[in-house]
Amino acid sequence: MLDDFFTRALLAGVGLALVTGPLGCFVVWRRMAYFGDTMAHSALLGVALSLIMEINLMVGVFLVATLASLALVFMERRRALSTDALLGILSHSTLALGLVMVAFMTWVRVDLMGFLFGDILAVSRLDIAVVYCGGAAVLTLLIWLWRPLLAATVNTDIAQAEGLKPERSRLIFMLLMAAVIAIAMKLVGILLITALLIIPAATARRFASGPEVMAALAAVVGALSVIGGLTASLQFDTPSGPSIVVAALALFLLSLMPSPLVGNDDRATEAKP
Amino acid sequence: MLKKQRYSPEPKDGMLVEMHNAGVSRNGRWLVRGVDLLVRRGEIVTLIGPNGSGKSTTAKVAIDIVKPSEGHAHRAPRLKVGYVPQKVSLDWTLPLSVERLMTLTAPASRDEIATALEEAGVAHLAGRQVAALSGGEFQRALLARAMLRKPDLLVLDEPVQGVDFTGEVALYELIRDIRDRTGCGILMISHDLHIVMADTDTVICLNGHVCCRGEPQSVMDSPEYRKLFGTRAAEALALYRHHHDHTHLADGRVRHADGTITEHCHPEDGHHPRHDNAGVEHAQAKGVSDAR
Repeated sequence: MLDDFFTRALLAGVGLALVTGPLGCFVVWRRMAYFGDTMAHSALLGVALSLIMEINLMVGVFLVATLASLALVFMERRRALSTDALLGILSHSTLALGLVMVAFMTWVRVDLMGFLFGDILAVSRLDIAVVYCGGAAVLTLLIWLWRPLLAATVNTDIAQAEGLKPERSRLIFMLLMAAVIAIAMKLVGILLITALLIIPAATARRFASGPEVMAALAAVVGALSVIGGLTASLQFDTPSGPSIVVAALALFLLSLMPSPLVGNDDRATEAKP
Repeated sequence: MLKKQRYSPEPKDGMLVEMHNAGVSRNGRWLVRGVDLLVRRGEIVTLIGPNGSGKSTTAKVAIDIVKPSEGHAHRAPRLKVGYVPQKVSLDWTLPLSVERLMTLTAPASRDEIATALEEAGVAHLAGRQVAALSGGEFQRALLARAMLRKPDLLVLDEPVQGVDFTGEVALYELIRDIRDRTGCGILMISHDLHIVMADTDTVICLNGHVCCRGEPQSVMDSPEYRKLFGTRAAEALALYRHHHDHTHLADGRVRHADGTITEHCHPEDGHHPRHDNAGVEHAQAKGVSDAR
């Protein structure tokens, strides 16, 4: 069964979506979309550095993404610039640095497009094993961290006062993000990882009554996006990574349609202070 | 300025939290300084003071949300805190029902949740989304969540904000009831400078430092107030008469009872002869209590 490249792609993609859905919910709740994007962009710098230092690509990407997130937290504390501007600086400069460094490395053949947009149709059995083992580890940690992380997301002070160590939760959460970026890079690429985190979560919001339900729904929506996107890419011969994101977008737009099934629309309360 | 000497308090019976000369500075400015505070089991301590006087900061130092820049804050070992912050702004993308909010920081059984919601008077809201609650309903839900933990120390930052007068009286009765039943200590911040909860043991008036402290006087003692509020309210409320030996001027300087004017107000600067004999009215009091 695993001999078929399409089956391998499906398996890897669905495995990834099952992790990015729940994790993406926290990215949305904590308003860290751009933060996640910045971490993802720094992955290319990680690729370049791992090639220079001849270490495993995933390890390099994980380390650099972690460093980028720590640098952001540190600079935020210094209050040198607004978070928004800091993210803009770090996001694009790490991406540019990565591109420049890769261009200098004439001695290795680097498939730049593969890193930027992923190549899910080229995943090996080993890649699938990495996705499922890494994904299981990330999900296990997320479930273990669930209560303190959710409490810190609702209110940091309550979490701190009631002994749930919000700073620790935040740090572990960033490590999980870095790990998912390292795993996902080969599948959907640096530029599209955040889409898999955010779009399924945003789609799930409409139908969720509680945080746990939303996380589960986001995983399902993500998996559907992968299946739909890959099938469409096979059908219409379109690039696979972007097709998955387009499928996720289609599901999101569908969720916006007025439906008699969804009675109370919570967005009505958005304006309330 | 930052004295790092070791401070070891003599053991006090039922001590939950104790602060000694605690102060917090941010960007070279003191938010609050020189605070001494003690909350014992079964005791209610109320912090009052105008906006920006450091009430919330003081409470946050007490429960280790903010580290003091000087002085000390001690908590009883394994102190279980229930905290209701002044403001909780929930991102609308996070779906959260009142029932789910109850188990935010610790698990609880369905019965315990139902009882807590019942006691806080919000049992009918259990299935409602938190984002759809009114200010007063949200306050009660947060209070229910905090007391569900069966805390040793309950810290309430302006628990009656956004609550109308009858609701305020009912909330005070509820808070007194929690104290009486569980014997927990309560550190409460009030937005009102003159009316506090009747069962308060100590009122501490802050204005960047401890302006004065004392016991409130029951509204029940005053026939005019009893007439004004009604008997039930008069039982829940108390008056706090300020006895300040200094006045905070509009430009931030301080006029002391001996007529001198200084830039700041510190207990050790020699302008405070005795804390209870001058009786100067509180300058900021009017503006803030009128804002209600």
